[in-house]
Amino acid sequence: MPAIARTLDEALAPIKDGAMLAVPRESSGAAMAATRALIRRGIKSLHLVTLPTSSLQADLLIGAGCVAMLETSAVSLGEFGPAPRFTAAVLAGTIAMRDATCPALHAQLQATEKGVPFMPLRGLLGSDVLAHRPDWKVFDNPFGNDDPIVLLPALKPDVALFHAPMADRAGNVFIGTQRELITLAHAAQKTVVTVEEICDGDLLRDPLRAAGTLPGFYVEAVAVEPRGAWPLPLPDSYGIDAAHLQEYAQLAATLEGFAQYLDRYVYEKRAA
Amino acid sequence: MSEPEFRNEELLADVICRLIGDVRHVAVGAQSPIPATAALLARERANLHNLGKPYVSLLGSRAHTFFTDGARELFDCAGQGRVDVFFLSGGQIDGDGNINLVSVGDYEHPKARFPGSFGSAYLYYVVPKVILFRLEHSRRTLVPKVDFISAPGGSPDNVYRRGGPIALVTNRCLFDFDRARKRFRLDSVHPGHTLAEVIDNTGFEFDRPAEVPTTPAPSAETLRLLRTTVAPMVAEVYPEFARRVFNIVMPRESEASSNR
Repeated sequence: MPAIARTLDEALAPIKDGAMLAVPRESSGAAMAATRALIRRGIKSLHLVTLPTSSLQADLLIGAGCVAMLETSAVSLGEFGPAPRFTAAVLAGTIAMRDATCPALHAQLQATEKGVPFMPLRGLLGSDVLAHRPDWKVFDNPFGNDDPIVLLPALKPDVALFHAPMADRAGNVFIGTQRELITLAHAAQKTVVTVEEICDGDLLRDPLRAAGTLPGFYVEAVAVEPRGAWPLPLPDSYGIDAAHLQEYAQLAATLEGFAQYLDRYVYEKRAA
Repeated sequence: MSEPEFRNEELLADVICRLIGDVRHVAVGAQSPIPATAALLARERANLHNLGKPYVSLLGSRAHTFFTDGARELFDCAGQGRVDVFFLSGGQIDGDGNINLVSVGDYEHPKARFPGSFGSAYLYYVVPKVILFRLEHSRRTLVPKVDFISAPGGSPDNVYRRGGPIALVTNRCLFDFDRARKRFRLDSVHPGHTLAEVIDNTGFEFDRPAEVPTTPAPSAETLRLLRTTVAPMVAEVYPEFARRVFNIVMPRESEASSNR
């Protein structure tokens, strides 16, 4: 049973330099307070996997020099424009890229979830996405007749990290309809979760809530971090902080501005 | 009779709405405010006649989606053949319907980098009607050959493919895509734009009829639906777009509660 960690840093201890770290898309509960804590710690050489896309979270980690390899379907700030530090890093060649497509990342984690070595996926044939992925193989469907199909290897993250509305004292985590978070936890060796609050009772006892609950069995550590997805949204709890994203897009356009952003919002741990 | 005034985005949403046609399920992906507007317009138009379709799934929306199986459900749903229409764009699009969402120049040493392929390398193959949209209509975006194929416009006969492009909408015109000929064909030029301008600004070859019609303007009824019913729905997912185009202001989350 995962203990509720006393501090955020204690909960993040399983995330080591060089780890394969998997995070959800920008709208499903990105653990942003935890991400800022990892940057403060000076984490290095992450193999960052996004399920399947990312925005501020990947851009911050890349800009702060925490990422060696990025496996993603896309990184951008959405309505707020391109992700400036991601773009700069790819142009400068300072991170290794594994360009994917959304359902491929889902399928690769589902392979690990099922304990099988690969998953087939339609599409991809004739694309340069496939051409630049020597780790993906084309195979002839053994049940078909001249039916080539792409096989994707199972992806096994060292740690999955996300933010959710609540956990109970046994570390069961309510994820609602963000069910890819369950796959993420099933596939990762360890899962670290930050939550808005600890709730009374047992989430698994109530069938309505149990259907949207990740059992604590799969969870390594839980930390309480109110507004832990800020400035990104937490589904059904709060929306995106548009003004902040605008400010980020503006500052992160230059190295100096990005350093200012880190000083203001990451290194300076502001009082609550 | 005076024509109602309309914005470019309203014209394009009306054009895309017509392309959607009579289908059961329209899904809209990331960074697609005009397709989202068009999909909701299609649904609200049909609602006026109690048709009960199309279903609309907007990525990033809580209100306008029925998915309960997480971020993967869109792709699984499309794999099952239950998504009829989807929308894709490209930093570059070429005359074969290939789209590039990744980079310009050599992939290992790019001159420009776009966000990434998103779901295109899958959805382009499995969704029957894919509508391409790229507002910037220039020789920079509509190129003879894309530098990186995120997803190809067509595939060899032995490749499983029930989907692909049906049209390309830009801020100057509408192209149809002829899958048999694997070529775009100019369908109409938007009001205020000219055929010469389209030819000048298109980097690939395309077919065209002897007389190229002008894209019809949205009706007063369409504009009313867009502005009163659809715009507030769009604002949930695209607040900046809704503010700029429809002057809809949503309450700011950051003003509702403290940040940390």
